[in-house]
Amino acid sequence: MTLFEALDFALAAIVLGLAARTISARRVFGAVVAYVAYGLLLAIIWVRLYAPDVALTEAAIGSGVTGVLLISASTRLGPLAAPDAPPGAALKAGAAALSALVAGILATAVLYLPDPAPSLAPEADAHLAETGLGNAVTAVLIAYRSFDTMLEKVVLVLAVAGVWSVAPDRFWGGAPAPLGPAAPDTALVFLARILAPIGAVIGVQMFWVGADEPGGAFQGGAILAAMWMIVMMARLTEPPRISSGWLRLALIAGPGVFLLAGLAGPVMAGSFFAFPPGFAKPVILFIEAFMVLSIAVSLPLLVAGPPNREAGR
Amino acid sequence: MNDVLLAAAGITLLTVGAGLARVLSGAREVDGLMAVQLLGTGGIAALLLAASATGVAGVENVALGLALLASFASVAFVNASRTQRGSDRGENR
Amino acid sequence: MSVVLDLFTVLAVGLGVFFFLAGTVALLRFPDSLSRLHGLTKADNLGLGLVVLGLIPRASSPLAALKLIVLWALVQLGSATVAQMIGSALRRREEIE
Repeated sequence: MTLFEALDFALAAIVLGLAARTISARRVFGAVVAYVAYGLLLAIIWVRLYAPDVALTEAAIGSGVTGVLLISASTRLGPLAAPDAPPGAALKAGAAALSALVAGILATAVLYLPDPAPSLAPEADAHLAETGLGNAVTAVLIAYRSFDTMLEKVVLVLAVAGVWSVAPDRFWGGAPAPLGPAAPDTALVFLARILAPIGAVIGVQMFWVGADEPGGAFQGGAILAAMWMIVMMARLTEPPRISSGWLRLALIAGPGVFLLAGLAGPVMAGSFFAFPPGFAKPVILFIEAFMVLSIAVSLPLLVAGPPNREAGR
Repeated sequence: MNDVLLAAAGITLLTVGAGLARVLSGAREVDGLMAVQLLGTGGIAALLLAASATGVAGVENVALGLALLASFASVAFVNASRTQRGSDRGENR
Repeated sequence: MSVVLDLFTVLAVGLGVFFFLAGTVALLRFPDSLSRLHGLTKADNLGLGLVVLGLIPRASSPLAALKLIVLWALVQLGSATVAQMIGSALRRREEIE
């Protein structure tokens, strides 16, 4: 067994152990910590599979933002009473059987792929020059299947709307609870003051570089979101009121600009969601810039949650 | 040389992975948090070593992103538990 | 010259891996959370620092070397903050649940 194979086995074993720990942990905090570790290791596995873009997204969204979302939700739910009866053994057995079935089908499908597996990667690469991009992943996201990506951004907006709608009617238009305690750690305030600007620059660079190297709008936006959340946790700024105009504009800017560009396709290039030849890259970067804005705004809003005070307070 | 670096990357990963035994063994939650922090830093070191050894594009960017996001997640966890206690005492206004 | 640089890289990286090992041992074996935190911060600091130091001679350009150093500085910032926050919480004897 080569060194690589041994490492792969070890990584897989640790990941499985962490997954088991996430499910079996008795307290939510422990489960979420295990989940974040699981996400970090998954990111490393993605790098091992030569997929750095996916690795970045996994680290950013899968383990970073989702972990913080889960822990915020659990602290909010803390004071609430637990459900009266924990799920019975039959329900647990049924859920386990269903999960095992799905995992088994996926594993069989992957193991029985013909060798070499069918793939569109060579085709995607062949036409890369026409898009003006150097990164095939970005080309797939924004050029080849741009409609899907736009719909994903719409889903993000819907998610934020869904989170907001959980608030009682009288709180509509107000601001969510602050992300940090009244007297934040001075170390955290220091971090927010120094790291946030640097992180913001790195986030923008990550988006810009995504045209030609691993990176892109989602990764850059997630980093910007993390920086804004750190500033809010240090209480240097507060979550905005959900009725604020600029906030709503920023939220819909991404899918909005994307849709407009797609609708302009028939005029500019002959069909819906087509880009004008030779001019594709500037248009793509223009769309991506607004997508970064929307992602950077929606993710912290998802973490901040529904408003819990009246508008005007 | 590349093999040495890759071996170092693997050893680092396995080492900090062993720290996850803290997370898996169900000790105090704060120990699990520290294990995750160590995993993050070890993961970054392993990624940098692998980037230098294999020359695959973009792995350093992943390490940079991981650096920012791992700190963010750890800080958010400690902050969340403090906020919980603060709101229990009615501080969060 | 490149033999000397290679030797430097191997030494620095080896020391860095050793510090990660030490940090893990501290995490697993020290008696209480504060001392475990101490071990963790040393591993973070020196482990990554030595690895970065060892990789600098192999950087493809001065800009790439600078990127490595900036990365290390950012990790320093973040992990120092986490250590401070965990430390003060532990010292106040709060249970981080």
